Amino acid sequence: MTTSEVILQARNLVKEFVLRDQGGLFGHKRILRAVDDVDLTLYAGETLALVGESGSGKSTTARLIARLLDVTSGSVQFQGEEVTGLSRAELYRFRSNVQVVFQDPYSSLNPRHTVERIVTAPLVYQGRTVPGGARTFTRSLMERVGLNPDHSARFPSQFSGGQAQRIGIARALAVGPKVVVCDEAVSALDVSVQAQVINLLRKLQQEEGLTYLFIAHDLAVVRQIAHRVAVMNQGRVVETGERDAVFREPADEYTRTLLAAVPRIRPEWQAARRARAHDRRGG
Amino acid sequence: MSSPSSAPLLEVEDLTVAFPSPAGPTDVVHEISFTLDPGRSLGIVGESGSGKSMTSLAIMGLLPPTARRTGRVRLAGREISSLPERQMRRIRGDRIAMIFQDPLSSLNPYYTVGLQIEEAYRAHRPNVTRRKARQVVVEAMERVQITDAARRVDHYPHQFSGGMRQRVMIAMALSTEPDLIIADEPTTALDVTVQAQILRLLRSVQQDTGAGLVLITHDLAVVSEMADDVVVMRSGQCVEYAGCEQLFSDPRHPYTCALIDAVPQLEDDVGELRAVGDAGPSRGGER
Repeated sequence: MTTSEVILQARNLVKEFVLRDQGGLFGHKRILRAVDDVDLTLYAGETLALVGESGSGKSTTARLIARLLDVTSGSVQFQGEEVTGLSRAELYRFRSNVQVVFQDPYSSLNPRHTVERIVTAPLVYQGRTVPGGARTFTRSLMERVGLNPDHSARFPSQFSGGQAQRIGIARALAVGPKVVVCDEAVSALDVSVQAQVINLLRKLQQEEGLTYLFIAHDLAVVRQIAHRVAVMNQGRVVETGERDAVFREPADEYTRTLLAAVPRIRPEWQAARRARAHDRRGG
Repeated sequence: MSSPSSAPLLEVEDLTVAFPSPAGPTDVVHEISFTLDPGRSLGIVGESGSGKSMTSLAIMGLLPPTARRTGRVRLAGREISSLPERQMRRIRGDRIAMIFQDPLSSLNPYYTVGLQIEEAYRAHRPNVTRRKARQVVVEAMERVQITDAARRVDHYPHQFSGGMRQRVMIAMALSTEPDLIIADEPTTALDVTVQAQILRLLRSVQQDTGAGLVLITHDLAVVSEMADDVVVMRSGQCVEYAGCEQLFSDPRHPYTCALIDAVPQLEDDVGELRAVGDAGPSRGGER
């Protein structure tokens, strides 16, 4: 569970993109500051949710932290070590500690590769040997994420969306990371499948002590998985806090707007339904 | 309306849509029936592949050519499922308006939004002058709360945000004052704050015009806020059809129960989410 040990820390993160207005090469240049002075601290074993609407900078922040993008300025430290300036070789070590699960499982899995090849790829890239051989390794990974290990020779298209996302999770776990960045990892899934994948992520965290940076726009999902929540708006973190504190007494105006906009099933209907379900089970 | 006023606005009876497959025709929609009265809204919910979008396309007669449709669709008492395409085209976009998920792909990037709304309007009101049509367009845009509509009519789709584009689509749908609005995942691509605005807007224009609304969505929470009646679909079948409060407070079908259980809720204490079709959690399952 959550400890007070800081595993990853981002300070004064800034990411700017250069945009060109119409007119191509000679068009007017504009700077877009997608991430504007963001501080985030991840404690070992916790789930920190980074929420916001499109264009808030949450995904860019995640990519900076996972070093899929280079920062314009600021620092990212993993277990006290600065990672923004790591060389290629040093990055391998960082990547075996910090992995990413993406939103769309099909577009982030090579359609021509088997599950076995996909989930062992991170190790192969890093020039590491696959412990116990590729087949056995893949089978045990697939079991951990709730997939049938007999399907290790299948291709991504032969799996449903939820199963494909489990492959994405298996790939992230292959290198034995401490931190997993989930970038809208359950957003593309049907609700029933979404619930399964959320439960899987929670189970993996309980069993293996993983730390999650969970990027999401769906606050109801965040409520189910996060220990702490950071809310982003227009490139800035406007509020950070314990989950229940943020949900019950949001301090920032934008957080309040966001929470108020979430569609809800009326609590009294939910209560009536649960009472009936309880009676039926009891009687 | 020339039809008897006692008839519901929309009656769908035993609607079935089949596609040919190597194993013979396969039903993607199987004997769906429901009715909708003017000013009311009906939600059709289901997960991907449940047949909810096919149901709406079947109502509008927009199925792919290989699809085979049986059953009856009546609009204000008039059978429309057997109408030839030419007559159906007159109804679509006039009496029945459609709003789709992705406004950007429904709008032509090369024409101003004003021209596109005007075109849709004049297709059904050919005798209206351009000046009058233009006035209707500006009014339609004002009705969906696009500020500075008189200037914005001359803007192109890319100059609008996602939420504003969806407003444009709603303006287009409303320009002919339709009796029935069919909205297929109208807010799925939008941010949650924009979604709330668009849903509020849809409800208020529906109240103002007295149109019936068929709302197709995967989002049960959205349906619970918007619909008077709900059809729950799974694998092409209607598993439950009930009033909104009844459905959410006392669902009868196990699939409906499972689906509602799987919806993460803001207010909930955090326990294990019930996953539909899961073997069943071993811990924390009781709530």
